[in-house]
Amino acid sequence: MAPDAFDPARPWRLSPEVSLRDEPFGALAYHHGNRRLVFLRSTGLVALVRRLGEFATAADALGDLVAPSERDRYARALATLAAGELIGVG
Amino acid sequence: MSAESGLRDRLEGGLSAPICLTWELTYACNLACTHCLSSSGRRDPDELTTAEALALVDELAAMRVFYLNVGGGEPMIRRDFFDIVEHAVERRVGVKFSTNGTRLDAAAARRLAGMDYLDVQVSIDGADAATSDPVRGAGSYAAARRAMDHLAEAGFAGFKVSVVVTRDSVEQLDALEALALSYGAELRLARLRPSGRGVAVWDALRPTAAQNRRLHAWLVERPHVLTGDSFFHLSPLGEPLEGLNLCGAGRVVCLIDPVGDVYACPFVIHDRFRAGNVRPGGFGPVWRESALFSELRAPASPGACASCGSYDACRGGCLAAKFFTGLEASDPDPECVFGHGERKLATTRVELRPTPSIDHSRAVALGRLR
Repeated sequence: MAPDAFDPARPWRLSPEVSLRDEPFGALAYHHGNRRLVFLRSTGLVALVRRLGEFATAADALGDLVAPSERDRYARALATLAAGELIGVG
Repeated sequence: MSAESGLRDRLEGGLSAPICLTWELTYACNLACTHCLSSSGRRDPDELTTAEALALVDELAAMRVFYLNVGGGEPMIRRDFFDIVEHAVERRVGVKFSTNGTRLDAAAARRLAGMDYLDVQVSIDGADAATSDPVRGAGSYAAARRAMDHLAEAGFAGFKVSVVVTRDSVEQLDALEALALSYGAELRLARLRPSGRGVAVWDALRPTAAQNRRLHAWLVERPHVLTGDSFFHLSPLGEPLEGLNLCGAGRVVCLIDPVGDVYACPFVIHDRFRAGNVRPGGFGPVWRESALFSELRAPASPGACASCGSYDACRGGCLAAKFFTGLEASDPDPECVFGHGERKLATTRVELRPTPSIDHSRAVALGRLR
């Protein structure tokens, strides 16, 4: 099954199959199902990913947690994570 | 996934816990492969008890080690094998275990097929018994194929066919890929290292320079073939291969041996690279505080490779391959694609190569090796 394309108007959350581990550079995320290992290279992105599920839409999370100048960059990072199924709609 | 240089520097500086670690459950093995990197054969009387093993899994889970590469010896020989593996996956520590397949009957295959977060790697060292059995022992190829049959019948999707690349098996890559495909399995290739009993056969079994060039081209065309980051010493031949392309020893990986000793990586079971033991205070303090791991995480000097334009591609290669061929850590990899390692090897004396300081080979196996 193909992963959902990233649409910021939908609710997104960290996949329950992902272990997220803080590291000095940000965090490592490992998806136990598809065995993908991903490097999250900023603490801001890590905070966003951890709290994504608290918001009704990804756009809300970006608006609340990320500075305006950084939102495009973080949205692209979320799209990459969605393609790897590290975050999913839910 | 390929790590760019900034991230690679961070990884070389070490992580809060390993991404994965290799855990050899026992030195006992019913085979006596000529290249065994852990010189396995006899069980060590001091091996971790079931209670110690389960407590270690709990600690690794708390540290969020993502998965374990379980091996041996033959791990399925341990009577508590399933207890340990099930304990790990229940705590979301994934398990990839390597087996010679001799104990993997229909019932075991069904039990394995029912578990999440588990990968099984069945080892052969050639696409036929005539190629594989001289390395792994008479009857070993047929036994491994029976295990693969059982896994396929049990519906175990995507198990791995695991092959050490030798001068002979490298000529059968297409046949090995076809064999894996015939089971719906994945092919996994690993580099032959001069570790353990492999010291004695490395010169005769390692691929030639021309074979390594063909291997690199073959792998570049097949990113789906798994290599466990084994062949990063070949990256200067062109495109980097899939993986982190760095030596992870003591930085992103390590080895726990059957008696709880912690080594920098699975290929350096030697006193020089022992960081400590899990028995006194657990694994965490060894990972975080051992003098050896601090040394390995310090910024590395390119050493003899400083003048080579490809240092960034291979980072000087494999620590274990250098150590057991008598080279220094700052020397080129013995299989450096530009031949710098070969030239260096020519100036070192074979009899001065370090000998393994730990050996569990069975006497009968030693007799055969001589």
